[in-house]
Amino acid sequence: MSWLHSVVLLPFLYALMIPFLYRYASRIHTGWFVLPLPLIIFIVLGSWLQGISEGETMLYTLSWIPAYGINLSFYVDGLSLVFGFLISGIGALVVLYSIFYLSKTRELLHNFYVYMLLFMGAMLGVVFSDNLIGFYLFWELTSISSFLLIAFWYQRKKSRNGAQKAMLITVSGGFSMLVGIIMLHSMAGTYSIRGIISQAGELQDHSLFVPAMIFVLIGSFAKSAQFPFHIWLPDAMEAPTPISAYLHSATMVKAGIYAIARFTPFFGGTGEWFWIITSVGLITLFWGAVNAMKQTDLKALLAFSTISQLGLIMSLLGIGSLALAVQEEAEAALYTTAILAAVFHLVNHSTFKGCLFMVIGIIDHETGTRDTRKLGGLMSLMPISFTLTLIGSLSMAGVPPFNGFLSKELFFTSSLSLEEAGVFSAGGAGLLIPAVAWVASVFTFVYSMILIFHTFRGKYRPRRLEKKPKEAPLGMLISPAVLAAFVIGIFFAPNVLAHYVLEPMVASVLPGNAGDFSIHIEAWHGFNTELFMTIGVISLGSLLFMTWNKWKGIFSLFPQVYTLNNAYASGIFKAEQRAYSFTNLYMSGLTRDYIQYILGILILLTGGMLFFSDNISFQQIDISTVEVYEILLAAGLVAGALTVMLASKRLTAIIAVGAVGYLVALFFVIFRAPDLALTQLVVETVSVALYLLCLRFLPEFRFRETARRVQIPNLIISLGVGVLITCFTLAAQGNKLFPSVSVYFEDSYELAGSRNMVNAILADFRGFDTLLEIMVLCIAGLGVYSLISLRMREKGDDGEN
Amino acid sequence: MFQLAMIISLILLSVSILVGLYRVMKGPSMPDRVIALDAIGINLIAMVAVISVTFRTSAYLEVILLMGIIAFIGTVAFSKYIERGIIIESKRDN
Repeated sequence: MSWLHSVVLLPFLYALMIPFLYRYASRIHTGWFVLPLPLIIFIVLGSWLQGISEGETMLYTLSWIPAYGINLSFYVDGLSLVFGFLISGIGALVVLYSIFYLSKTRELLHNFYVYMLLFMGAMLGVVFSDNLIGFYLFWELTSISSFLLIAFWYQRKKSRNGAQKAMLITVSGGFSMLVGIIMLHSMAGTYSIRGIISQAGELQDHSLFVPAMIFVLIGSFAKSAQFPFHIWLPDAMEAPTPISAYLHSATMVKAGIYAIARFTPFFGGTGEWFWIITSVGLITLFWGAVNAMKQTDLKALLAFSTISQLGLIMSLLGIGSLALAVQEEAEAALYTTAILAAVFHLVNHSTFKGCLFMVIGIIDHETGTRDTRKLGGLMSLMPISFTLTLIGSLSMAGVPPFNGFLSKELFFTSSLSLEEAGVFSAGGAGLLIPAVAWVASVFTFVYSMILIFHTFRGKYRPRRLEKKPKEAPLGMLISPAVLAAFVIGIFFAPNVLAHYVLEPMVASVLPGNAGDFSIHIEAWHGFNTELFMTIGVISLGSLLFMTWNKWKGIFSLFPQVYTLNNAYASGIFKAEQRAYSFTNLYMSGLTRDYIQYILGILILLTGGMLFFSDNISFQQIDISTVEVYEILLAAGLVAGALTVMLASKRLTAIIAVGAVGYLVALFFVIFRAPDLALTQLVVETVSVALYLLCLRFLPEFRFRETARRVQIPNLIISLGVGVLITCFTLAAQGNKLFPSVSVYFEDSYELAGSRNMVNAILADFRGFDTLLEIMVLCIAGLGVYSLISLRMREKGDDGEN
Repeated sequence: MFQLAMIISLILLSVSILVGLYRVMKGPSMPDRVIALDAIGINLIAMVAVISVTFRTSAYLEVILLMGIIAFIGTVAFSKYIERGIIIESKRDN
């Protein structure tokens, strides 16, 4: 155990105590008890910042299943430390916010904080894990706790649907991640991420390299809501707003980003990695921005905005991975800027998006709606919320003097740098990428303006609102205000952040380039392309926003039916339908059909094996001489069996069965088995008597009326089984691998004191079988007795099961 | 010579069993079948006896006794079933 382990495991332990605190200290809002924990974690992490920024790393291992190389080993470097800060810092703010957001009396606070602490611990585990199995464990825990949190108001149908959708998509992604992890393990022979990365160059030609990459990417994309897996995120907005702020903007959706950043040193530098991540990121960026514009629900707008910004970070990580591919130092530095932009925007996005979600939560809380069509004119009523929204939105839009401006500038720089690149023939796409990025930025500007103006400006319409709006309580405003302070603070002092946080982060994403660069972020670059692009974004964005009412109808031109959500819903629906009809197709409920399947498959598998393998021959069958009376008896047996099948009355069939049984007894006599003959005779008689007993309760037998459609397959299958078993018996008879062990039993008199060898075997040599067969008979007897007596007792009841 | 006589008698007995089986299959009435089954039982007893003489063993004498009893019980049971529809009558008929 180490401090690091306690950081990750403490939330889990603390979660155990929450229900007790809720129960026995019910006067105080449970959130106050939770609040110290993320603060402590934040402070503990903060104490490592100095060391980490100087390039130190920490690795602690706690054995779990060492025999399989599975341990809880936790590793701290720049990347994981920053994620740790985001998780604990924003976690503390969200807890503070939720204390004022969630009612003490009406909400199930113990559930809320237990789920939240589970999530916090899981997320810390994800970012600190070095062992891939531990990583996957925590990864799934985030999915599960997110599922629980989305459905926190489980009485609502939409919450449950959103939770189910998020669960299905992220857990499917998680399985894909697990497949990728197993492939990585079989490639590198270790579960340690450090160990895998250290073999980066050698394994690129491994046949599992690309499949592992694709599986890991699918897992990360599903978690980080990338196209086309983004559909769960807007539906997850049914969660309480603190959860949306925490999970669905700052932490969980960045787990995929983290995974990709973490694996960049291993997979990065290859063409597949660059193209997949960059293109998926850009599509997500564009698609999220387009969709965000048309939302009328503020949380949905923020959800699509989150998707879009995650796409931006993702595409930057893709571009930055090229730094591992190029040799020239100058060129590598260019791509390193992309990684810097990615991690910088990651931090920035967490601050302003968390702030925005919290403010939207305040608006929802104070007005009773989040619908932009009902809101408006709140500026003078809620001045502080307005200020905070303004800061957050302008940062999101990439306007100075807020931190979003800096990361957007860096984004443009990186996307422009591709134009100059010759690697992976990015040539034509080199122009496309900045163009797409620029258009998406324009859209981002438009929806940021919609967020501000449609909520706070315009006409105040009190009749449409459920409550009379007023400024939120101070406690609720603290958390978004802190985040907004970061938004501004980072703009004015980006290099503090860059030195302590971003440099070690970039160093852990691109380990080879560590130390080669020092970051200096400046707000003013002079008149370069990036600046003109930003000016273009702002002017075109403003123009588009002014004319919004004129062109917003364009969205209704797009087909409403062919959306990814509908595809998902109908996919689920159809999968259920197909599975249902498929099951109905073969699960007919008729025992006859199931026996056909069983025997048919027996014929196909066993018969096929017999047919296709040449190991079985009928060559060496050792046949003794056949006597005439044996043939005649066999003919009698066949005649009896045929009678059973062709009988038109049940009684005939039973009598014929009896005849067959007696003939078998006679065969036992001929083949010198007196004990068997005795038993067979008695048993046969008793069985025939039992059949006759049953006969009374059965309806009239109507064999002839059975459809030919049933009879013919039955005939084919029964012939097949007969032929198969005959062939098998003959083949087995001819291929004895070793002599019989029965010589041993011939000494039964000396060994067991019995002249009757069969009885000696039954009661002495292999007495255990006999014991258990006696038990079988006991059970059968008791079963028959209880069936009959229970039936007697329940005769009076109607519902006889 | 002795062995041959035994085999011939076995064959004859087998043939008579086959004939009995024909009656079992053909019917036409249920008593016909039961009688035929009884006859088969007696034939079987005879066959077992002949076989045990052929094999020179006394191990099958119990079989012969048992078959005698069983053939009787079986025929009685069948007869009772044909006559009454049931074999074992319970005292209170509900």
